[in-house]
Amino acid sequence: MIEQDASQGAPDLSQLSETDLEQAVLLLIKGLRAAGAAAGLAGDELDESVARTLAFLRRRISGDYTIDEFGYDADFTEHVAMPLLRPLYRSWFRVEVRGIENIPAEGGGLVVANHSGTIAVDSVMTQLAVHDETPGRRSLRMLGADLVFGSPVVGPVARKTGSTLATSADAQRLLDEGHLVGVWPEGFKGVGKLYKDRYRLQRFGRGGFVAAALRAEVPIIPCSIVGAEEMAPMLANAAPLARLLGIPYFPITATFPWLGPLGLVPLPSKWLIEFGTPIRTDDRGEGAADDPAVVFEISDRVRETIQHTLYDLLRDRRSVFF
Amino acid sequence: MDEGSRPKVVLVTGVARELAGRVVRRLADDPSIDRVLGVDLVPPKHPMGRGEYVRADVRSPLLARLITQARVDTVVHMGVIATPRDAGGRVVQKDINVLGTMQLMAACQKSAGVRRVVVKSTAGVYGSSPKDPAVFTEEMTAKRLPRSGFPHDSMEAESYVRGLSRRRPDIGITMLRMANVIGPSISTVLTDYFRMPVLPVPFGQQGRLQFLHEDDAVAAAVHATTGPVAGTVNIAGDGALSLGQAIALSRRPWVPVLPGAAGLSLWATKQLGWAALPSDHMDFLSFGRVIDTQRMRKELGFAPAYTSRGAFESFLAARSAHDRPEQQPMEDVT
Repeated sequence: MIEQDASQGAPDLSQLSETDLEQAVLLLIKGLRAAGAAAGLAGDELDESVARTLAFLRRRISGDYTIDEFGYDADFTEHVAMPLLRPLYRSWFRVEVRGIENIPAEGGGLVVANHSGTIAVDSVMTQLAVHDETPGRRSLRMLGADLVFGSPVVGPVARKTGSTLATSADAQRLLDEGHLVGVWPEGFKGVGKLYKDRYRLQRFGRGGFVAAALRAEVPIIPCSIVGAEEMAPMLANAAPLARLLGIPYFPITATFPWLGPLGLVPLPSKWLIEFGTPIRTDDRGEGAADDPAVVFEISDRVRETIQHTLYDLLRDRRSVFF
Repeated sequence: MDEGSRPKVVLVTGVARELAGRVVRRLADDPSIDRVLGVDLVPPKHPMGRGEYVRADVRSPLLARLITQARVDTVVHMGVIATPRDAGGRVVQKDINVLGTMQLMAACQKSAGVRRVVVKSTAGVYGSSPKDPAVFTEEMTAKRLPRSGFPHDSMEAESYVRGLSRRRPDIGITMLRMANVIGPSISTVLTDYFRMPVLPVPFGQQGRLQFLHEDDAVAAAVHATTGPVAGTVNIAGDGALSLGQAIALSRRPWVPVLPGAAGLSLWATKQLGWAALPSDHMDFLSFGRVIDTQRMRKELGFAPAYTSRGAFESFLAARSAHDRPEQQPMEDVT
């Protein structure tokens, strides 16, 4: 008797869970269709986007995607991260890109940019600018601080979207493999500076990025970003609090921490991103990467170029918000 | 390769264990090798073919006599043990790994006949931390060195191998730093982990995992014994998996473990009798590691048959075949 019950019960159970699953999927499809319709899609376009989303979800749930050795997950970056950031890029900051033709169409290159804005949104905006404006839709691989990769949630997302640790080993490897690499040599000194120091470039460190470019013989593309400084003006730095929390700085802005999480919403400043003329590094001969004189000369040149372009862009800009 | 450096008498350590046993079998199949001696304290349960079992402790000076008497020209040291359970406790494990390697390297140094030494090591010597480069080449050392457990044993064992290479530059040494070995029959910390019914996962972290299939681990050791001498070489399957991806592929439920509660979760899995995971396990899952394998391809001339993902899927296929009878106990009754 018991055996029979069990053998009859088993198929029933599996049928039940299958219909439940089917219903859940149908509900999900309905939800997606409604969301798509609300976003102004119709007909074939709607069907297609629903199908794409379902295919994406299937890949994520079954683990059927590929990451590279640095942890870069192209599927996630192009289908989740970039669509989420695009409204910020297009409607909020209204990013205007200049000199995109200076990004090499293929092969390695090192994009060196100024860092600002209290929270480092400028790096992802640059990544989006490179991806959306270059004909080949190139992905920019970014170098970040070790603090990023040790942090929960932020660390894995950074790796998935193409960041890796700012060490010469990783930079070298990416450039040798023909990737386009983005570096913000000012680091936390740049993002964590006060509003009164806006658009004043901080120290560029020892020029490790220049040495990496020299070894890989790839061009350096100076990149100047205007607008990020005004999105969350940092009025003061609560240094003791930062030390207590083990972070490089603790920003006090007009809205943060006073309004809590709402204070993290950036101001809608108008952004300009200009990619400058590439600086060649393949004509310096053997051993140039180990010659501090050459490294500092190029590092200074990149820094000067970015600083002057920033002044030019600021003169061009009509107002902070338009 | 010239005839003089072809191995004639090979001694393999740790043969009671899966991988070393298979290495002995493969070497015994090679007609150009006259004798294959397999050393361990416990007799192997698996067949060794033409291989001869010798009951000896790698930690005893007896081994030096055996090497001289049997005219051993090639020593393959597979006797490092990754999990305390396999050794019968952490103290014994450390003893076998560190003192065993020390004694064996000393025996090789004293012997006039040994021409070649192959040592199985682990990519665990590179540690797992967010402060290290994404990909390790053989020259790099970790910023945060492993302080305990098997990775630390391996670092000490490696230092004895380096000592031998300094004192006897005439001996050709190949040291294989293997990524996590996985497959249908091997049992390691990681296979224990992925066999648990619920997987504790560090909150908000996803390390990059790289695997080496057990067949490739055996093939690499055999290749290093008969092929070119290559020094220290990383061995791993192509590509990497993120922890999230591995868990999705494994189709097991998981629970997030908050930072600070890692020790608690390891304790809980031990109490439940699921797995005895080492203290650095959560760090490994959080940050993982990837090793560069260019030297493996170019200098050792070895290409693994499985990718990291292929190796993991091969393990998963065997796992589900193994799990099925347990999940349907009613079938046994009818």
